Amino acid sequence: MHQMNFASPKTVAGAIKLLAQNKGKSRVLAGGTDLLVQLRMGKIQPKVIIDIKNIKEANQITTEKNGVRIGAAVSGAILGECDHIKSNWPGVVEALELIGSTQIQGRASLGGNLCNGSPAADSVPALIANEAICRIAGPNGKRDVKVQNFVKSPGKTILKRDEMLTSLFLPNRPAKSSSAYLRLIPRTEMDIAVVGAAAFLTLDENNKCLDAVICLGAVAPKATVVKTAKKILAGNEINNDSLASLAMACENTCDPINDARGTVAYRTKVAGVLARRAVQIAHKRILEKGNL
Amino acid sequence: MNKHHVSMSVNGDPVEILCETQQTLLDCLRDELYLTGTKEGCSTGDCGACSVTLNGRLVCSCLVLGVEANGCDIQTIEGIGSEESLHPLQKTFLEEAALQCGVCTPGFIVAAKALLDEKPDPSEEEIRYWLAGNLCRCTGYDKIIKAVIKAAKIMREENEQRTNRRAR
Repeated sequence: MHQMNFASPKTVAGAIKLLAQNKGKSRVLAGGTDLLVQLRMGKIQPKVIIDIKNIKEANQITTEKNGVRIGAAVSGAILGECDHIKSNWPGVVEALELIGSTQIQGRASLGGNLCNGSPAADSVPALIANEAICRIAGPNGKRDVKVQNFVKSPGKTILKRDEMLTSLFLPNRPAKSSSAYLRLIPRTEMDIAVVGAAAFLTLDENNKCLDAVICLGAVAPKATVVKTAKKILAGNEINNDSLASLAMACENTCDPINDARGTVAYRTKVAGVLARRAVQIAHKRILEKGNL
Repeated sequence: MNKHHVSMSVNGDPVEILCETQQTLLDCLRDELYLTGTKEGCSTGDCGACSVTLNGRLVCSCLVLGVEANGCDIQTIEGIGSEESLHPLQKTFLEEAALQCGVCTPGFIVAAKALLDEKPDPSEEEIRYWLAGNLCRCTGYDKIIKAVIKAAKIMREENEQRTNRRAR
């Protein structure tokens, strides 16, 4: 058994110092629901585990002028209790809440889900659809990077050895907008996405589409934005015709793998179906807001 | 090997242990504190047999390092009911035959209690979703769900009686 130390710094600077000292031989611990499994399977053998849950920035939710900032280690259970976040970024909260069981929700975080780098991470397409921004801390201070540009390939992120993700920023959304996330799994709970689809939608005063972002999960090496979605939907009503074109664009964006959970053909087909339904849910949410 | 000094509260009792970094909270409860009511199933957070609450939140103790529990309040199956006075969930699990081999039972009871403490009158669907992270290979779940519904009713009645007594 190799020797493994544990540190629980109180500040970002303290964590960065430990990361720099250990030159890639350390691992950041948030909720631990992925990390502890990887440790147990022997996939990783870090010299130091750096727990970030005692760092204020990583464990708090703060409302800022232009949006809300969620600490990288804030658990799904805590985020799910924030009505303000649920009503403004419903797609993000429902995506995070789909991960694992009640027990997992007590620990699992947005930051962990993102840094784990899984192509099937549920919260990532929803974060991208809502234009979320990563706050990364390093020895030379902080930098902000779009979530869309954070994951490079399965398990690989842009984080340097001496950097950590401290929080995620969700920018305020226009009044007539909403979001949704759907995923398909072979059962009703506790599985990894075969396909995930996040939709963000804004309507104009005539309830025609003004803006749309669709992001798909588990159909490519990383979460993938459907580039033509806005062009297809903007200026149109959300109806069968526009949604059929959108579904086709989603299918054309897919580059999935065959595995035990689904074939290439199945994943591709389902991606279009889920995207279409996610747009319909976001659409319904906007109209319901208007009726309040 | 570096050992960490961990102080925590377990079922209301202050405890101090020494543990290694890789020891999970589950290992610490079972091997250091000899609280073997909490069971080890999958060790990967899929089966829920190791369910405990940490600062009031339901978690898998196999996915928490012992050293992370420093300063925390932990509740385990040993803190629920006693031989003389079983918790309503323990009674109804027996009455409804909601267990066969029993390995999953402590986790189910800890998880169900966390639900009923938060939500005294959950629907069957809410119970099934809440307990989706607890696996049972014997009962087929129906008897477990029945036992939880029955316990919830008993707990609500007991609560009502207590409120009435206080009002008098």
